[in-house]
Amino acid sequence: MNNASVLIIDDESQIRRLLALTLHSNGYKIFEAATGKEGLTSVASHPPDLVLLDLGLPDENGHEVLRHLREWYTNPIIIISVQSGEEDIVRALDNGANDYLVKPFRTGELLARIRSALRKASSEPNVPTASFQDLTIDFVNRIVRKKNAIIKLTATEYSLLALFARNEGKVLTHQYLLNQVWGPSHENQSQYLRVFIAQLRKKVENNPNRPEHIITESGVGYRFIGKAIDE
Amino acid sequence: MAVSVVGLFIHNLIGYRVVAFMLLVTVSILAMFLDIVPVLTAAILSALIWDLFFIPPRFTLTVGTAEDRLLLLMYFIIAMINAVLTNKIRQIEKEAKAKDEKEKSVKFYTTLFNSLSHELRTPITTIIGSVDNLQTNSERLSEKDKADLLSEISVASFRLNQQVENLLNMSRLEAGVLSLKKDWCDINDLIYKTLQRLESNLQKYKLAVHVPENLPLFKLDFGLMEQVIYNLIINVTQHTPQDTLITIQADCIKDRLVMMIADNGYGFPEKEIDKAFDKFYRIKGSLPGGTGLGLSIVKGLVEAHSGSIKLENLPVRGSKFTIEILTEKSYVKPS
Repeated sequence: MNNASVLIIDDESQIRRLLALTLHSNGYKIFEAATGKEGLTSVASHPPDLVLLDLGLPDENGHEVLRHLREWYTNPIIIISVQSGEEDIVRALDNGANDYLVKPFRTGELLARIRSALRKASSEPNVPTASFQDLTIDFVNRIVRKKNAIIKLTATEYSLLALFARNEGKVLTHQYLLNQVWGPSHENQSQYLRVFIAQLRKKVENNPNRPEHIITESGVGYRFIGKAIDE
Repeated sequence: MAVSVVGLFIHNLIGYRVVAFMLLVTVSILAMFLDIVPVLTAAILSALIWDLFFIPPRFTLTVGTAEDRLLLLMYFIIAMINAVLTNKIRQIEKEAKAKDEKEKSVKFYTTLFNSLSHELRTPITTIIGSVDNLQTNSERLSEKDKADLLSEISVASFRLNQQVENLLNMSRLEAGVLSLKKDWCDINDLIYKTLQRLESNLQKYKLAVHVPENLPLFKLDFGLMEQVIYNLIINVTQHTPQDTLITIQADCIKDRLVMMIADNGYGFPEKEIDKAFDKFYRIKGSLPGGTGLGLSIVKGLVEAHSGSIKLENLPVRGSKFTIEILTEKSYVKPS
């Protein structure tokens, strides 16, 4: 995924320099913007492969920038937020951000998220089967295998797993999952989601208490990990 | 008023001059509890009442004898002096109390700033010093020295971050701006998610987790409860030796979520057990790296959930935290 271009929208020059240095040394082409306005102009003139957007911008609220971008820009947007901003994160994810990073974050995590978002963006969405380490999902026949043995899933468990598999590496918010699997009328009934996640983990994880595939994102949602994060 | 009514009935028995003393006592008692304005009003009013109802000729404001006139004047002066003096004493008391409180808070903030400046400056000093060393002394450092300095910087940064997070949490709790985002929580997931975050801290400890299979879901703020468990376990690791067994239990007892985190370490100094949750309290001789905020944040967060937390020493060895929270629960079964 080298030579992919990344736009960094952050008002802190120190953070911009750090991100630029890190990403540049990993083969990415970098654009920088210090304000929301600059960021929007930059995306319009040279649409990058991915945008890193800080939510706490001085001129325009990061959420506004996200909204403007999502009116036409479809490449991945990863938001950067300060600690304890769960509400902000959920809102941004529900408004079309692909992923999030909480300051302070490790470089390895940043690179992994960028790779995952770019891979997702370029991958073929209409595959009939998908494999994730020991797990194989046959979307055509709705069959899930773990270490080649078929595992029995209820219809809801399957829908949930298939949704995760199609959004590998991406954080899916509670709301989104409820809406997609149970329908809009169940958006506030997160108790079903909790119970089915626990149930699904028992079937697909080697150790349901130390899940490797279905990861809890505290207060936000769940993330499906297909492969080891630093493959 | 009530006293004057009583006086009306008994003044034939005791004479109107004794009634005056009864009224004076009443005004004095009032002065101990009320502000200066109502007390002065009471003093004036009682003088008028005494004149109107008791001094002959009764039911007029005129005063018959010169002796009574003098008495009325004296009554009036005594009532006034009484009211003013009592008020003054109360004011002095108030000032002394305020001064005392101020001294206490100065002492509190001195402790706070000492602790904070130590806890924040130590990692900052480490970072600045290590970076300086790497920048100016690079050619004389071996590869291993450089790696060591970098790892010092890394440890110090995480410590700094932890302190800042504690301070932010404390400020949020104190300012009362912490808003709970309660949602259904799978306690099992909550516990294991926190343990996963603590993996590197727990490598040298033994763990036992007991969560009943049929434990219902509880409505809690997942992120904040994660912070609670995180701080409690970090606290255990700071005060117990390696190989200590940490037991985490959850249960539903009388509609309440009960969570227990116990260890078989040294136990808590029995005399100071009540102070454990106080802000900036630290056991004497404990390892550096804490601000004494962790447990007070835990208490604040549990109380924000309308719950309670207690700490006790176990009969044989070690200590145990017990959290109890009464909140909505749900026994949804997957279908």
